[in-house]
Amino acid sequence: MNWDTIFSVSIEAAIGTNAVIYTLAAIGINVQFGYTGLLNFGQAAFMAVGAYGLAVGVATWGLNFWLSICIGIASAVALAIILGIPTLRLRADYLAIVTIAAAEIFRITVRTSNYRDVTGGTDGLQQFSGAFFDINPYGKGQYGVGPVSFDDRTMWVLTVGWILVALCCLVVYLLMRSPWGRVLKAIREDEDAVRSLGKNVFAYKMQSLIMGGVIGCLGGFIFALSTGSVTPDSYAPEVTFFAYTIVILGGAARVLGPVVGAVIFWLFIQFSDQILRQAISAGYIPNSVMDTTQVGAVRFILVGLGLMALIIFRPQGIFGDKREIALDAR
Amino acid sequence: MRKAAIALTAFLGGLLIVLGLSAGSASAQEGGEAVRGTLVSAGQPVANVKIDVKAEGGAPVGSTVSDAKGKWRVDVPGGGRYEVSLDAGTLPAGVGLVNPDQQTLHIQVFSGNVRTVLFRIAPGGASSEKTQSKWDRVPQLAFDGINFGLIIAMAAMGLSLIYGTTGLTNFAHGELVTLGAIAAYYFNVTVGLNLIPAAILATVVAGAFGYLQDRFFWGWLRRRGTGLIAMMIVSIGLALVLRHLYLYFFRGSPRQFADYTIQKGLNLGPVDVTPATLVGMAIEIVILTAVGLALLKTRLGKATRAVADNPSLAASSGIDVERVIRIVWTVGAAIAGVAGILLAMQQSVNYQMGFQILLLVFAGVILGGLGTAFGALVGSLIVGLMIQLSTLFIPEEMKNVGALLVLIIVLLIRPQGILGRAERVG
Repeated sequence: MNWDTIFSVSIEAAIGTNAVIYTLAAIGINVQFGYTGLLNFGQAAFMAVGAYGLAVGVATWGLNFWLSICIGIASAVALAIILGIPTLRLRADYLAIVTIAAAEIFRITVRTSNYRDVTGGTDGLQQFSGAFFDINPYGKGQYGVGPVSFDDRTMWVLTVGWILVALCCLVVYLLMRSPWGRVLKAIREDEDAVRSLGKNVFAYKMQSLIMGGVIGCLGGFIFALSTGSVTPDSYAPEVTFFAYTIVILGGAARVLGPVVGAVIFWLFIQFSDQILRQAISAGYIPNSVMDTTQVGAVRFILVGLGLMALIIFRPQGIFGDKREIALDAR
Repeated sequence: MRKAAIALTAFLGGLLIVLGLSAGSASAQEGGEAVRGTLVSAGQPVANVKIDVKAEGGAPVGSTVSDAKGKWRVDVPGGGRYEVSLDAGTLPAGVGLVNPDQQTLHIQVFSGNVRTVLFRIAPGGASSEKTQSKWDRVPQLAFDGINFGLIIAMAAMGLSLIYGTTGLTNFAHGELVTLGAIAAYYFNVTVGLNLIPAAILATVVAGAFGYLQDRFFWGWLRRRGTGLIAMMIVSIGLALVLRHLYLYFFRGSPRQFADYTIQKGLNLGPVDVTPATLVGMAIEIVILTAVGLALLKTRLGKATRAVADNPSLAASSGIDVERVIRIVWTVGAAIAGVAGILLAMQQSVNYQMGFQILLLVFAGVILGGLGTAFGALVGSLIVGLMIQLSTLFIPEEMKNVGALLVLIIVLLIRPQGILGRAERVG
């Protein structure tokens, strides 16, 4: 067992691209679920429309990179509006089913071979990130402290990613202290009371859905740029479930909850993954019990168990306040 | 996906689009880059067909002929774009390409990957589709739709009754469907029983699992006073755990039962069907009718409907609500297990088969009206028909999209569903 590798890989995961991507997705869910009480289970679709907006813009239509980023954000806003109009009047469980269905509709549609010319089908799209890496200030090489290091491209993605995380946290912090944020939290607690005060609950919910969706779409951009490709199956429903686990782990309705949640989540996931893989290759776990292809399944089992245990025993997560979690049926 | 492939074999062979393509992306470990595929016409492998591979617009890379199982593979020097062409002259007599303009396919191979290439061939080739006008396909598609709808209905009935009696939106219901199929596979292939006793045992296993789940898990959560939204998220976690436990023990590749998998199709007028499918449909109809009659006629059925209507009132009039819920869980899980077995007979046993139909089950349940057993039946049949008939107008791969869109539209105009009672849903 090489503990240096185990620790360095785990720490790299905790601050690496996955942590950034899922932090952004989770901040979006935190706005929707944590503050407003909306159960949006289609966050993967918001990430996917962002990523596909960027990739289709550059790789298929040959547009400018920054214009394509705008297309991605506009698509996320459009998705939120299309999704919100029929669903925001519905009860929480209906909203969950419909948003997850919408995410699957998007994924199935883009992976269909009939639209291969535009979306690349199951292969997805590549070669759209050139303009982003042209302005990479890091020279070629490895950057890091001790055994934890990233190459120049990853460094640039991480720099931009964590700046985006900081900006999103700042925006969420300021907004939730504003009258607008107080209305959102009031909607979570008692929609009818807010309505009786003359507020347009539907409009506020829609704004929350759009804001969370756009933050999720930023996560989609980072995902697309960090891998240099978009593929439909990277936006499966599990992505959303992971992001929910992160929100609940860190503490819903807390500004820094998603950040802490994502760092701990990926640290733990990668740590357990590495220990299992090394134990298998060192022969501590016989192949009859588990081989390396089964380690991937263990990750999902652990996440599922973690999600169940958190909701049952500690729904407020690490930082949250139990009274602020919208988990009761209404 | 596979189900439709079996049903549509009469017109087009080898429609393993999703399976084929996903196999291409998942086979990175097999060494160098290559293109490969399997030539199947109406379920039968096609051998000795010549395949040529060229770099795009450039030099020939290699050529091969398909083997006795219809499989072929050409190694390519590295990632890049390639032209793969099938020599139509070497196809056996009576077999042709479904799309004659797709004799040469342009594909991208990624470094380190083996790319699966799909040539759609069928008896009669292009004419197999063209002589069939759209409307000639309606009877077959409608039949397939009813067949699939009945399978969805079996899963939907349990889901809807559990929702009705406990308020739980159970995202782990699909895993009960998978459990039925995997248990049947275990008894059938690993233990070596015939599929019929294996299926009966698997149904018992699924029912017992439903009973235990409620006895030791959901019942405990209800007594703790866990909220309904919290329970829904718990069920998502449970679904993740169960699905990946199946992946852990059963592995990722789809498998077939040992019996009744290869059958000669029957020709019933405009509809082609295998005997196994017909028997499956008969079982579905018998079970659904039995459950329906039990709900209408028996004391227990009346008690179930009373609990679904108003649990507190039912409890105060002397009905043992917990017992009713436990029976609903057991029966619901058992018939979901049967649905899984029948689905696996038509497709294959696969660790995420239940998850793949879960949203369609939800669509059926919501379409019919959440919490109503008969609504679930009607809604599921409509979803099944929608899925199959929509392939007249939209690509095969997108057929589930139509059903999911209907789900959203129904929620817009009649959120309580077709048979549901008008109540506040927002």
